[in-house]
Amino acid sequence: MFDNFPLWPARASTTAGNVDALYIFLVVLSTFMSVAIFVMILAFAAKYRRRPGHAAEQIEGSTILEITWSVIPFGVFVVIFVWGAVIFFQERTPPRGATEIYVVAKQWMWKLEHEEGHREINELHVPVGRDVKMILTSQDVIHSFYVPAFRIKQDVVPGRYTTAWFRPTRPGTYHLFCAEYCGTQHSGMIGQVVVLEPSQYEAWLSGGGTTGSLASTGQALFQQLGCSTCHRSDTQGRGPNLAGTFGKPVLLDDGQTVIEDENYIRESILNPSAKIVSGFKPIMPPFQGIVSEEQLNALVAYIKSLNQNPSGAAGSPTLLPEGTQPQAPKVQ
Amino acid sequence: MATVVNPVAERENYLNQEYGVRSWLLTTDHKRIALLYLASITFFFFVGGLFALLIRLELLTPAGDLVQADTYNKLFTMHGQIMVFFFLVPSIPAVLGNFLVPLMIGARDLAFPRINLLSWYLYIIAGILMMHAVLTGGVDTGWTFYTPFSTAFSNTKVIEAGLAIFVVGFSSILTGLNFVVTIHRMRAPGMTWWRLPLFIWSMYATSIIFLLGTPVLAITLTLVIFERAFHLGIFDPTRGGDPLLFQHLFWFYSHPAVYIMILPSMGIISEIVPCFSRKRIFGYSFVAMASIGIAVLGFLVWAHHMFVAGMSIYAALIFSFLSYLVAVPSAIKVFNWTATLYKGSITFSTPLLYAFGFIGLFTMGGLTGLFLAALGVDVHVTDTYFVIAHFHYIMVGGAVMGYLGGMHFWWPKISGRMYPESLGRLAALIVFIGFNLTFFPQFILGYLGMPRRYWQYPPEFQVLNVLSTAGSTILAVGYLLPMAYFLWSMRYGKHAEPNPWGAAGLEWMTPSPPPTFNFEETPLVTWEAYDYGNIRSSQGGPG
Amino acid sequence: MSDSPAIVESHNPEQQHHFADMEQQRQASSLGMWLFLATEVMFFGGMFCAYLIYRYWYYPEFAAGSKTLDIRLGAINTAVLICSSLTVALSVRAAQFGKRKLLVTLLVATILLGLVFLGIKGVEWASKFEEHHVPGYSFHFEPQAPSHPNTKIDPQRIQIFFSLYFAMTGIHALHMVIGVGLFAVLTFYAWKGRYNSAYYTPIENAGLYWHFVDIIWIYLFPLLYLIDRKK
Repeated sequence: MFDNFPLWPARASTTAGNVDALYIFLVVLSTFMSVAIFVMILAFAAKYRRRPGHAAEQIEGSTILEITWSVIPFGVFVVIFVWGAVIFFQERTPPRGATEIYVVAKQWMWKLEHEEGHREINELHVPVGRDVKMILTSQDVIHSFYVPAFRIKQDVVPGRYTTAWFRPTRPGTYHLFCAEYCGTQHSGMIGQVVVLEPSQYEAWLSGGGTTGSLASTGQALFQQLGCSTCHRSDTQGRGPNLAGTFGKPVLLDDGQTVIEDENYIRESILNPSAKIVSGFKPIMPPFQGIVSEEQLNALVAYIKSLNQNPSGAAGSPTLLPEGTQPQAPKVQ
Repeated sequence: MATVVNPVAERENYLNQEYGVRSWLLTTDHKRIALLYLASITFFFFVGGLFALLIRLELLTPAGDLVQADTYNKLFTMHGQIMVFFFLVPSIPAVLGNFLVPLMIGARDLAFPRINLLSWYLYIIAGILMMHAVLTGGVDTGWTFYTPFSTAFSNTKVIEAGLAIFVVGFSSILTGLNFVVTIHRMRAPGMTWWRLPLFIWSMYATSIIFLLGTPVLAITLTLVIFERAFHLGIFDPTRGGDPLLFQHLFWFYSHPAVYIMILPSMGIISEIVPCFSRKRIFGYSFVAMASIGIAVLGFLVWAHHMFVAGMSIYAALIFSFLSYLVAVPSAIKVFNWTATLYKGSITFSTPLLYAFGFIGLFTMGGLTGLFLAALGVDVHVTDTYFVIAHFHYIMVGGAVMGYLGGMHFWWPKISGRMYPESLGRLAALIVFIGFNLTFFPQFILGYLGMPRRYWQYPPEFQVLNVLSTAGSTILAVGYLLPMAYFLWSMRYGKHAEPNPWGAAGLEWMTPSPPPTFNFEETPLVTWEAYDYGNIRSSQGGPG
Repeated sequence: MSDSPAIVESHNPEQQHHFADMEQQRQASSLGMWLFLATEVMFFGGMFCAYLIYRYWYYPEFAAGSKTLDIRLGAINTAVLICSSLTVALSVRAAQFGKRKLLVTLLVATILLGLVFLGIKGVEWASKFEEHHVPGYSFHFEPQAPSHPNTKIDPQRIQIFFSLYFAMTGIHALHMVIGVGLFAVLTFYAWKGRYNSAYYTPIENAGLYWHFVDIIWIYLFPLLYLIDRKK
């Protein structure tokens, strides 16, 4: 509706409808309350305008009324809060098995890399109906990945990964904006998300322009940078065997347990002494300044891919008994 | 009215007691200091307003064709910094608060008159620093100074602007300190807490926030300045720092700051509505406690500015819930003001028109806050024009209208003159219309997805932007009118009686303008606040 | 109806005209100083907050950095400040009893102790400059024997420790300088005989300020100097 005068952007994701539903409810509620207040003010002003012979009635107040118009609005607020929270939970919980896209933001462009290796600048091609999870980081200042049609937005912070996900529901081309002020060309850091029918997407994928999957790029780097010297697929390595470790708890030498997620891998490459796996020495050199964000993404993708090829239990980081509460790494 | 020689004009008052620049620049009289502030903040209102007009002119077209991108980024940054720190935060407290707090409680001056003057000089020093930064290159970090852009990437006068804001913050801390001590220690005999005018309650609540919140901004800006100047790494991720730490520290002040900007206006409305309804405010103690409640709860919600910043879900839940809690006392106030009109005897004076505008527009702005506190919706609308519309509804539709209403209400007391009433009502109407035309389209723009701080934008957003710019020109006219007729009235306005509105309050029991020491004798208060049942309105009214 | 003459109240010359009486003035001044100290708590609090967060995240670096601080000088400074708080408290008492010479002596002693503190702090900072522990382009850190053999110190994170060290001790030192200046002014007026049992509020309030700056140091010392110092 409202084709000529839209009040909301196209709905192109599974989230969009949910967000709009709450939004419309809030619009109706706000309109009602605003109109009510305006009308009451004007009605009282008219009805109780100063007229000779009519004095004002000195009314102290009414505790009952005060309680009523505190409790009822608060009750409505709680409803809105819960509704919004539920949507937010869904927005922040990527489904398992989602296709992963690595995004590196820099002043003033978006660099996106598909798992299969396709690289895009300021454009993202995705198929309808598939869950897409983005792993985002920035090379410089804070940016924000915003697709109004999907109703998603996620700040992209230098020094760590943030994530966002969506499932497109309508083919089409939709705006991609940077939504966190980042300098001169902030308003030029825009692009588009192109949602294709699955068959068109396959055609686009096979259209070349790839240098191999992200994980295979990562594997090549893993050899090139000498990682495989210590991180072997057996128990002889001076560093932990990384096969099958992604997403699992890791016991550190100080007794803490953390989950091996993207941020943990990233930190361990850039600043290995921050968290040492129990049973290993702190001899890994830091790679800060040696690997770029794209290379980091490739390495992370490679290590994740090792989950498909477990190499055996020996030499793996210590796994904990079921029910152990892991401690999350530095995430605000 | 026939022109007569008015004996009031020859009576000694704070304006004519002493003449000369020195008597003004070295004054310790809270009323003169209030006027010094009035001149200063009006100047900055115009500077900030000029930047706003340039922003709106650029946004007439989708392309960036009026100024360069860097210039535009400086315009919105400096518009925000100047309007927030040099106009909105000081305006009501430093002008109306300074003038009225001693009068309303029956005191001869504030507790620390010399510190009051120091506050103004700190403001001026800060203002000079700020204008120097503006004129020698500007700042382009956004008023929010997010790191690492502000510490390691921006090439503009960040340190100078940060220093200016630090100094003006210190100025406001001293004002708040003065108010709290004065209200605690210098009330006239019989002026108990529960007899205080609600404007005093709101000044008190505002001052608490000044005292507890502003120092955190001060230290945050200090750390940013150190980082830029000495290459520390507290907020720089390439050196082990955390950009989100900056955001937490910054918003810990800047959220309570918005309550600094609105509470005084609310206090003004609580004075105007009873006067022009000729009845006591409905639910006095609830309104008073709501002010304190807003001040306290306002310190607990800062991270609702950071829902998409990379915070944990659980932190987001807590801050969302608390944000709904803080909406309740504001709602209570709106209902109480409306209920005060019920069975009143209402006169449509200019101050009351501004009060009506305030109540309606603040309600709309506050309701849109509910949208932003809803996590699922906030993800879509944060960092868009929706937020801009929301806070302008409260800051401009609310705070500025309250300020203008207060200026009209107390102008007779401050200047001893009446402003022209029909022009006053006309200006109020123009402001209301111009304001809504400027900012309502921005709600729609925001939901459609137009991000904020955009120098250029996709063409489909143009129509709404043009509407908004058109509104801003009307709004500008509405602001210029009072400027003009207030100045006019100082020479040609009708002389004012002590109590032209027949209002309750100690400030109306002394001549207009008041003598330097406010009262001939210290008042002894034996009546409740808003004692409109016993005040004859035959004393006057706008007519 | 009394036929005795009205009692004329004589104003204390120190009473300012907007106050009803000296008691109101004294209470107002006192409340004002307490409120100001509350703002100072919030001011330092922001830095302490940043410190606590980074210490929690980067404990090994903070421990290593702390070990490079001279614990003897820090302890001496702590003792110096505590002594100066004693002289401040005694000076308030001297003012209350109107003992002018004693008051001036104690105020001067306080100033001297404050200057000793600042001098020692200057020595510490100088040594930090020499060791290249000042964050910035010439920063260079060589860890001493670490207590955990398995710990490697991140060269960037340790800069955060030193950044906070300089920021916190620097702002504290600035407050000390202001305090010394304040006391210098008070010494001048005390020598002129301005303070007595009827009017000693400035001494009392300046004393509050000095005690506050002292307390900040009492927190700074263990937080900065005593991380992981089990011997």
